[in-house]
Amino acid sequence: MTAYTLYEKLWNAHAVAEMPGGETLLYIDRQILHEVSSPQAFVAMREAGRQLRRPETHIAVADHAVPTRSPRADGIRHGTIEDAQAASQIAELETNVRDFSVPYADLDGAEQGIVHVIGPESGFTLPGTTIVCGDSHTTTHGAFGALAFGIGASEQGTVMAAQCLRQKRAKTMRIDLVGQRHPLVFAKDIALSIIARIGADGAAGHAVEFTGEAVRAMSMAERMTLCNMIIEAGSRVGLVAPDDVTFAFLKGRRLAPKGALWDQAVAAWRNLASDADAAYDRVIEVDVAALVPQVSWGTTPDQTLPIDAAMPDPALLPEGPERRQAEKALAYMGLAPGQSLTSVPITHAFIGSCTNGRIEDIRAAAAIAQGRKVAPGIKAIVVPGSAATRAAAEAEGLDRILIEAGFEWRLAGCSMCVAMNDDRLKPGERCASTSNRNFEGRQGPGGRTHLMSPAMAAAAAIAGHIADVRDYDAREYVA
Amino acid sequence: MSQPFTTLSGHGVPMPEENIDTDIIFPARFLLITAKAGLGKYAFHDRRYDSAGAEIGDYVLNRAPFNAAPFIVAGANFGSGSSREQAVWAIAGLGVRCIIATGFGEIFHSNCQRNGILPITLPAETVAELMAAAETEQLFSVDLESQSLTVGNRAFAFDIAPERKLALMNGWDETSVLLHQYAGAIADFETSQKASSPWLYAEDQAQ
Repeated sequence: MTAYTLYEKLWNAHAVAEMPGGETLLYIDRQILHEVSSPQAFVAMREAGRQLRRPETHIAVADHAVPTRSPRADGIRHGTIEDAQAASQIAELETNVRDFSVPYADLDGAEQGIVHVIGPESGFTLPGTTIVCGDSHTTTHGAFGALAFGIGASEQGTVMAAQCLRQKRAKTMRIDLVGQRHPLVFAKDIALSIIARIGADGAAGHAVEFTGEAVRAMSMAERMTLCNMIIEAGSRVGLVAPDDVTFAFLKGRRLAPKGALWDQAVAAWRNLASDADAAYDRVIEVDVAALVPQVSWGTTPDQTLPIDAAMPDPALLPEGPERRQAEKALAYMGLAPGQSLTSVPITHAFIGSCTNGRIEDIRAAAAIAQGRKVAPGIKAIVVPGSAATRAAAEAEGLDRILIEAGFEWRLAGCSMCVAMNDDRLKPGERCASTSNRNFEGRQGPGGRTHLMSPAMAAAAAIAGHIADVRDYDAREYVA
Repeated sequence: MSQPFTTLSGHGVPMPEENIDTDIIFPARFLLITAKAGLGKYAFHDRRYDSAGAEIGDYVLNRAPFNAAPFIVAGANFGSGSSREQAVWAIAGLGVRCIIATGFGEIFHSNCQRNGILPITLPAETVAELMAAAETEQLFSVDLESQSLTVGNRAFAFDIAPERKLALMNGWDETSVLLHQYAGAIADFETSQKASSPWLYAEDQAQ
């Protein structure tokens, strides 16, 4: 009997037709829409006079450009948005979801949040499904054993109308995480270390499956962080086989199957795991016991170093792309060759995003922040990934811990990860950030980004410079 | 329908750099614009203009003949990062219709083909040669049907999936193709999936 990987099982289960030229017509079970990448897809639908084939398989939400503050005491954002372009983009989404009967998580409702946070929270994200979204971090949903990938606006229109996409099957890559990690080394550190090791295009053309004892021991939040970040190594697909942790997370969620359908679904989902003797095109092993916290120093996520390291010296690198990139990155980042990471002062700290905006991430930040103070002059903000995450954190008292420490406690959205609202850096400002991209200008033109885990970002906010969180006792906070 | 692609000739813009991401190509703050047309002026915005909005004279896209060149030559992982299709619309807005690189971000690559832009992947040594040719303002020409790129007296073959080539040459809209040719197959798939995975069709639950 042929042995299949999780990726191959998902692929085969959704193949509608084999197409000339070696591509497959793939059925798409679910699509998530947001205000920034969907308008042109809806325009195309209107121009062609088309309807959504299955509107109920979609969910829409505004997240990318929404403000994370409201002048109103009740936090309502409708009617308060100062940026006319952002307000109009959200209004356009609301018109589109009404005209095309798409389920919508209202801006001021309990289910609003970042696409990749609310999908799992609402039970919209399910194992064994294909999920697309006009956002490259759609890899996140692969943590549930779903084949999930980011697409462009044209493809969104195709999925709306045909519920299918023409796709080329990827090669397969397995990343085995072995060993037991330090309690202050997180999925974010593991992901950054993998990207640094294989490069910003090191997994291009591959669907990556994370396996091993260290993955099994992870919460869904950490598995999502891992899958989320794999696009930064060039892969459109990250995967973790679903298990009891997955099922426990999903059970009872609003859109998860109920009753007999739940039992039937779980039985099917248990068969998704890769067969024991399935072959992969590439396998790498990562010993997580050897890892220390990681921080990016440059302008691509693979320009990352262990916290105890110093900046590279381009003069010591061989002539070629790596040297050229190091020179360019050090210049943009305003850093000197040989400078230690922990000597780098920051102006901002950002805790949030689809990578690290979940309740576990906020708990990790609060555990470092409790009883301490953000260093003078540092602007530190915590932006929960969703309204539900925000409410859960408040129920645990995490908001009070963070506010007392000097962090700002914001409303849900993408915020400083994409800098489309007013949460952005000015030229030369420097941010300890739990987001996913340290690209030039990503957090605002001329802004400088250092990627790290939420605990590390909290430690940096308190120290006023990049710091090693292992020097800080994590507090057992009492809610 | 996108504009059919058959042949193209002109200068190449040299971008001797790896990992030119879609935030560099189209900075996120301009994503608040919901139009597809007229985005060329935002392409590579923060490299073309200083913070006061003045043109940075020595940036390659601000210099003739590169300000009107239909080819871009770049290093590895061009168009990596965000899935924003605005990056492709903005490049198209510059008048560029062919990008040659040692590798592409996958979503960007796919977006190119849906907008009448031909992405060509070639080995690093070849791209280095083409980069030098672009820098010395040699003329590039490409013939999609014969899958041939000519620069000076040198010709280079490139690969493209046959169906993608046909779609580019004819400017086909993928949605129309799927709806016309695969409607039956899609309906059959749904019938079968509804039987095997009924929880995906519990439509009352999804509301």
